[in-house]
Amino acid sequence: MLVFAMLMALGLVAPLAIYPVLLMNVLCFALFACAFNLLVGYVGLLSFGHAMFFGFAAYIAGYAVKTWGLEPLVGIVAGTAVAAVLGLVTGAIAIRRQGIYFAMVTLALSQMVFFFCLQAKFTGGEDGIQAIPRRPLLAFIDIRNDFIMYYVVLVIFAAGFLTIYRTIHSPFGQVLKAIRENEARAISLGYAVDRFKLIAFVLSAALAGMAGATKAIVFQLASLTDVTWQMSGEVVLMTLVGGMGTVFGPIVGAAIIVFMQNYLSGFGEWVLVIQGAIFVTTVLLFRRGIVGELIAFTTRSPETDANQHTDLVDHPKVKPAE
Amino acid sequence: MFELIGVPPQALFGQLLLGLINGAFYALLSLGLAVIFGLMNVINFTHGAQYMMGAFCAWMLLSFAGIPYWGALILVPVIVGVFGIAIERLFISRLYHLDHLYGLLLTFGLALIIEGLFRRQFGSSGLPYANPIPGGTNLGFMFLPWYRAWVVVFSLTICLGTWFMIEKTQLGSYLRAATERPDLVQAFGINVPRMITLTYGFGVGLAALAGVLAAPIYSVNPVMGSNLIIVVFAVVVIGGMGSILGSIVTGFGLGVIEGLTKVFYPEASNTVIFIIMAIVLMLRPQGLFGTPR
Repeated sequence: MLVFAMLMALGLVAPLAIYPVLLMNVLCFALFACAFNLLVGYVGLLSFGHAMFFGFAAYIAGYAVKTWGLEPLVGIVAGTAVAAVLGLVTGAIAIRRQGIYFAMVTLALSQMVFFFCLQAKFTGGEDGIQAIPRRPLLAFIDIRNDFIMYYVVLVIFAAGFLTIYRTIHSPFGQVLKAIRENEARAISLGYAVDRFKLIAFVLSAALAGMAGATKAIVFQLASLTDVTWQMSGEVVLMTLVGGMGTVFGPIVGAAIIVFMQNYLSGFGEWVLVIQGAIFVTTVLLFRRGIVGELIAFTTRSPETDANQHTDLVDHPKVKPAE
Repeated sequence: MFELIGVPPQALFGQLLLGLINGAFYALLSLGLAVIFGLMNVINFTHGAQYMMGAFCAWMLLSFAGIPYWGALILVPVIVGVFGIAIERLFISRLYHLDHLYGLLLTFGLALIIEGLFRRQFGSSGLPYANPIPGGTNLGFMFLPWYRAWVVVFSLTICLGTWFMIEKTQLGSYLRAATERPDLVQAFGINVPRMITLTYGFGVGLAALAGVLAAPIYSVNPVMGSNLIIVVFAVVVIGGMGSILGSIVTGFGLGVIEGLTKVFYPEASNTVIFIIMAIVLMLRPQGLFGTPR
């Protein structure tokens, strides 16, 4: 919590030094990555299709604000709610498989949502929904000003982050971790594992949707880019780089990747190559991610050293065949 | 001209043929994925990129070395397969003792690198590749281009050959044994790590072969693989990776279903495979040919 307070303080003064639009982008992706991390880090389910919630909620928010003339906050809430429903449907299908299959199923489902968004009328197809108006928030906050908008986004991020933090540190979160560690044992202890997984999936989807809807309001644009599998891959990368299963890792990862994309945007296709290279080096060299390695470094004890040692022994992990 | 179920037969059979062709690629690619997964427990996300490399490799052999299609059909799988072996030795082999998800993440990263490099070099637009068997025959109810017939027959032959090799030969029996109990097979004096490496090379070779076959039909471009591989993942989930024959049947079957959807309800043709996947997961989570855990 102390770290969170420090981060928030940093967030409050950051726009004095850095372009607020860039910071808002970081915050949106940080929330997206935190939502993704809730699933992969604490339930052990690697979703390769989280862009469907992020991008679809963006469309919903954009459409609600632009065409129906609703106010931005209602648009974000609508996007979040629709993402939760989408999460309920896709989650019910996806949690029927684990591990690698879960990743493939979520990827395929998100591709289905992508094609739906490409063909549906309300999304504007290739053009997306452009020029989403930034109407006054709650009728008195003028979010056309980027500074004010930034603090609104900061509040939204904090709300999302605290939701995740509370979830992880609740009895519910402990059950999720138990499922991650040993699903068979959690079942034998009498937990309705599938229900826990589904709730976590819906929560993660809703928060990913909240991030996407907020991004649509900030950039006044909802487009196909946010629904592509590349976007799903990006959020995996952010979380992996920052540290899967760490509370603050996804924020660090999102900041790194967004800043990197910002500074490398002139290099065109090299961004893809660099992202791939970061994937490969992270998986091979520091799987715990930046924050994960930091935690491991500062809390080093003989016990964890012993764990590390067994981790390096080259033997095939005996797992029941799926 | 007569009509069949309210559709002109040319359209119907034309789409059926297209479906069979797509099915041939689904089958070849999901077969490679299944072979690799069976032994290594790694989902090879680089598969699409390797398929794309196969097509580009054929194009480069033709443009720079003057080697025609038929030469490429033999050379390309070997070249790309060797490249795959290098990748397996350099990167993937370091992850076998870890959770399988790391293999997925690693191969995803590799796929991004390869795709990015090709896009950097060749741009996103397609390159043409001349059809090696132009012409065709009129069957009365439809026009059958020779090359497309060749693709279906050839890929079916390769699929069945692979099935025969794995299910009926001694080498295949080693492979299947190593899938079940690698430690025991190793104890019998078979070099399992080398077998894994060669299997990966073989699977990658299959992907590259599919790439060569695809070059004259689809334009050769850097994103051809990544779009296809997601559909192939769905095919793999539908079929279940337990059986070789299963992935062949599922691949061709889904290709045909997709073709028919294009005739009767074109709006859903992009999504029909994913919808089938969702239904199969609800009714039979282990896949049509998979074995329950």
